[in-house]
Amino acid sequence: MADTERDELSGVETTGHEWDGIKELNNPLPRWWLWTFYACIAWALVYTIFYPAWPMIHGATKGILGYSSRANLSRSVAEAHQAQAQYVEQIRSLPLEQIRDNPTLFEFAVAGGRSAFAVNCVQCHGSGAAGGKGYPNLNDDDWLWGGSLEAIHTTLEHGVRYEADPQTRMSLMPAFGRDGILDARQIDDTAEYVRSLSKLPHDADAAARGAKVFAEQCAVCHGADGGGNREVGAPSLRDAIWLYGGDKATIVETITNARRGVMPAWSGKLDEATIKQLALYVHSLGGGEQAAGEKAP
Amino acid sequence: MAVPNKIDPPEAAVEHLEVAPVNKREDRKLYKARVKIFPKRARGFFRTLKWRVMAITLAIYYLTPWIRWDRGPGAPDQAVLIDLPARRFYFFFIEIWPQEFFYVAGLLIMAGIGLFLVTSTVGRAWCGYTCPQTVWVDLFLVVERRIEGDRAARIRLEQAPWSLDKLRKRVSKHAIWLLIGLATGGAWVFYFADAPTLAAQLIHFAAPPVAWTTIGILTATTYVFGGLMREQVCTYMCPWPRIQAAMLDEDSLVVTYNDWRGEPRSRHQKAQHEAGHEVGDCVDCNQCVAVCPMGIDIRDGQQLECITCALCIDACDGVMDKVGQPRGLISYATLKDYNASTRETPVHTSLRSLVRPRTIIYATVWSLAGLAMLYALLTRDRLDINVLHDRNPVAVRLSDGTIRNGYTVKLLNMKEGERRFRLSLEGLPGALMTRSDTDAPPAPSLEIAVPSDDLRMVKVYVTAPPAATDEAETPLRFVVRDTADTESAAYKSHFARP
Repeated sequence: MADTERDELSGVETTGHEWDGIKELNNPLPRWWLWTFYACIAWALVYTIFYPAWPMIHGATKGILGYSSRANLSRSVAEAHQAQAQYVEQIRSLPLEQIRDNPTLFEFAVAGGRSAFAVNCVQCHGSGAAGGKGYPNLNDDDWLWGGSLEAIHTTLEHGVRYEADPQTRMSLMPAFGRDGILDARQIDDTAEYVRSLSKLPHDADAAARGAKVFAEQCAVCHGADGGGNREVGAPSLRDAIWLYGGDKATIVETITNARRGVMPAWSGKLDEATIKQLALYVHSLGGGEQAAGEKAP
Repeated sequence: MAVPNKIDPPEAAVEHLEVAPVNKREDRKLYKARVKIFPKRARGFFRTLKWRVMAITLAIYYLTPWIRWDRGPGAPDQAVLIDLPARRFYFFFIEIWPQEFFYVAGLLIMAGIGLFLVTSTVGRAWCGYTCPQTVWVDLFLVVERRIEGDRAARIRLEQAPWSLDKLRKRVSKHAIWLLIGLATGGAWVFYFADAPTLAAQLIHFAAPPVAWTTIGILTATTYVFGGLMREQVCTYMCPWPRIQAAMLDEDSLVVTYNDWRGEPRSRHQKAQHEAGHEVGDCVDCNQCVAVCPMGIDIRDGQQLECITCALCIDACDGVMDKVGQPRGLISYATLKDYNASTRETPVHTSLRSLVRPRTIIYATVWSLAGLAMLYALLTRDRLDINVLHDRNPVAVRLSDGTIRNGYTVKLLNMKEGERRFRLSLEGLPGALMTRSDTDAPPAPSLEIAVPSDDLRMVKVYVTAPPAATDEAETPLRFVVRDTADTESAAYKSHFARP
């Protein structure tokens, strides 16, 4: 523009922009402001020399300071591991009960157990450890193989029905129907009896017949009263919790084909400290039990 | 009154200065080099007032952290303390927790309305008298004047070639400025830690790095803003002038050059008058421009740069006294009165103009906000409860058929001294509670001790028979009561079925 317009009232140049008679004034900026702007541009250019900046065909320029956010991350992680080392070492060496009674260690262990659980266990037990059909809920007070710290720890170390580990928790329920031990009628009666144990609606006559079958075939593991046996991981049939379901059809299916849930052994895959942390975490979820020698809750 | 009838005005007694305002219309350029300002010392009513305001505000700033206030054992005994690590704010008898930060929001609302009120009545009084930028620039100018002399001497020194004397003056000026900056930054950190302890740490170079960093930054900003940038901060960096200017109306008191009385200005009043020309009261001595810390000419009218410090009023009143004219050629006046005034019928602005519907409404709203906050503060609870329902799993069925929900309960004891709270449930018949951190048997309520002025987090399991929960979610209230008095709080939550 050859001639710039000046606002009459203020004497300031206008930018030539006008909206409904309102003109935009081009008020003067202080020169130091302009220099600050140039200094920022210069700073940005210098920055690109020292730090990774310009994109090239393969990666970007490295910058002469050799800064790398990835290397910084590795360093931070290493520092974090180092800071945790003393707790991890104590957890590795101390018995579980002592860890639980030390508030600092316990807090650390539960936090570590939570994150290890999120990586290794949630695939079956769910992110809240609430389980699902065939996968036990670890929040409740019902334990197949025991809910004390030691029992949970053993289960974690050696797994359940995990053949690669010779010390794994092992028991095999017979497939009563598939292997022809019981006929369909007997299985049906037994299912009625099992439902009667936990006071679910049932056919009393069939249940009475089923009681005999139960005493012969099932009581060995599940107990004469159906209360279960943790030595062999036989669930209580008297409580309100069903691992696979408590409806008639599911019970019939269970008796016919048996249930043989598998959990991998974690010793060898995870280090001892992590397994202990997992045991403490699972024990803290609300259903943890005292060991036999400890005072009753 | 001022009539064009000056027999022998002692004009000779008035010093005429050659000084151009920095924002002269003709000089406006796209990028403007800064014009250095050498404000002359002013004397008079407003200068005295400003000295007093400066003394009071600086005393408040520097001394407040040293006031002690006994809060009992274990609690800080500093009257005003922002305890960031412990997340507490102490103000004499008031203690604010982070969740009570809305009191600060309330203060901000009051400050906002207060700004409306002050601006609509007395214009930019904040800028002219109490803004830290103004107060510190004033302080820095005192130092400058003591070392380098008043305006004329300073201009001479500025233009003089470098000499040992100039170097000595400049070095000592900047050194004292930096010391003031250091004291300013130093005082700031005392608000965030126990002042005597931190002072001892600073003396022994054992203070935490954050204290040094803060002092360093504030020393730099005080020195740069107060010593070097001065009026540039107000004109170019501060949004306040723009906001305040928009809130002035024609009844607001602003520093006004009464041109109906002053114009046509003349340096040779007697000669002009004798020649038969009309002359105003302004002797064009430029004293008003010389004393202006913003470097502007108030005779150009109201302008963005004017911080209404009123020093030009003092300067002009002094000149009017000398020439034997009534004071008030430059005065606080409203735009309405200014417009209504003529030489023959001047309208003097009285304090009555401050009372009008707009200011009454602002004052009322401001007072109501203050009273509401005061009421909230005096009746606030000193215990609180927060409950977080476990989300995963929301509910667990236990082997005996009962249903268990987990909650993270946070109990806040905002008083000094340990208190024992009783936590109970409402809305869920037959519900029992257990704590994850004790082996106590399930009970309908729990007694929980919360340490002095602290928060206690407890994992609570609530179990209820299935019959108590017909709905997928049953509303549930956690109620906490102080076992020693009647204070209580409640939190609405719910109980879920699996």
